[in-house]
Amino acid sequence: MNGVISIGTLQMALAYVYVLVLMAIVKKRGIGGEREILWSSFRMTVQLVAVGYVLGFMFTSPHPLATVSVYALMQVFAVHTILGRLRFRPGRQLKKVIAGSLVVGTTVSTAYFLLAVIGLKPWFDPRYFIPVAGMIVGNSMTGVAVGIERLHSSIKNRRDLIETALMLGAPPELAARDAANEAFWAAVLPTINSMLGMGIVFLPGMMTGQILAGVSPLTAIEYQIAVMLAILGGVTAALYLLVDAGTRTYFNRRCQLDLAD
Amino acid sequence: MTIAAFSLRDVRFKGVLDVGFLEIPAGKITCLVGSSGGGKTSLLRLLNNLASPDQGDIRFFGQPVESYDPVLLRRRVVMLPQVPPVFPGSVGDNLQLALRLSQRRPAAPDRLVRVLSQVSLVKDLDTPAAQLSGGEKQRLALGRVLLLDPDVLLLDEPSSGLDENTERQVFTGLVVQVREGGRTIVMASHSARLAGEFSDRLVHLEGGRVLEVQHRDAGEGRQL
Repeated sequence: MNGVISIGTLQMALAYVYVLVLMAIVKKRGIGGEREILWSSFRMTVQLVAVGYVLGFMFTSPHPLATVSVYALMQVFAVHTILGRLRFRPGRQLKKVIAGSLVVGTTVSTAYFLLAVIGLKPWFDPRYFIPVAGMIVGNSMTGVAVGIERLHSSIKNRRDLIETALMLGAPPELAARDAANEAFWAAVLPTINSMLGMGIVFLPGMMTGQILAGVSPLTAIEYQIAVMLAILGGVTAALYLLVDAGTRTYFNRRCQLDLAD
Repeated sequence: MTIAAFSLRDVRFKGVLDVGFLEIPAGKITCLVGSSGGGKTSLLRLLNNLASPDQGDIRFFGQPVESYDPVLLRRRVVMLPQVPPVFPGSVGDNLQLALRLSQRRPAAPDRLVRVLSQVSLVKDLDTPAAQLSGGEKQRLALGRVLLLDPDVLLLDEPSSGLDENTERQVFTGLVVQVREGGRTIVMASHSARLAGEFSDRLVHLEGGRVLEVQHRDAGEGRQL
């Protein structure tokens, strides 16, 4: 029982039964969304097959440019996903802040993890770089998406309090501090909650993957703990930059609250 | 000769205000009167630089408002909004918060108690602010502003939640304090009592325009 069980075409087809079950339920109950379910299942399949081939190629002939290109693509995709999901129209300045905070926050955290924590050599080894960066960027993407939505709604809901604070002579960052803190906490909370349940409620994906691939559970948890902390670091850094610089975009040069939309 | 705290020339703002010329004297109490939607609140917001005019020139002691650091300007020209929100926490927290927001040191409890008595609010400092009635919240907010001791107080309908006796009590004390300290008050008010008893100058705004300025201290009126 040491080898990995390979999933054949027929077995893979059986796995798609889950999608069919969901489709049947939403159709029967009139919930709708069948197209979205089909589209997301199809996209997931195509994206993963494609990435499997790309990673296979990269692992056999590692090159710094290839690793950096994949990393850059990951960031572009993450920023695009966040902007596409927003329920309000951000201004140009806020879009820059969203992109900047995600890229800078996750890059600092990824670099620290790869270079200082695991001492990766060469630094661009895609076998480590790509999956670790993927987990940090993916989780931070979710955090930033939650953070910016919450920041926007908090500032709108607290408009009177923020303007009253400005009238009393508060600088914008102090006037909007509660809104910014609320957004930061709301966005970092899912990561903290997932740490609480980890190992008891669920086994995290990376650890599960390593165990399935035959790695000893003790080695798997070492990596999982370190990666989880790196994810926390990435989410924290991205959110810190986001709420700080994002809050400033809601005020103009005369420190007036500017809720354009 | 009266020094102008504010002077406005050809000021237009969002179709709400269209002021050709207006001077607001320093060290006096100016009352903005007129019907709702006449531009009183917008004018106060422009003076606090919480908004900027679409065109025209607003000066504070001779210097364009835009040349001042907006945050430092608002510490000299503090505004009390029409429906002032109370912040979470106690009465004392609300007063201290005004100091913290304007980056000043916390005040000793006896100073806070003095401010509460100035605005006729008989409450302990640890009373939850959310438990206050509308009129009490308004007085607490007025206390918050007084605690900052600014050069200019911009008060938007400061007595709308107060009965006649409380209004007279609060404003008599306030006027004495303002006159002794050479402070300036600009207030928007529907209260004929407030305008009649306490103001040195009445500015009648209708449809965003200044219809009349009455110099009550000099006993004269000027139709525009």
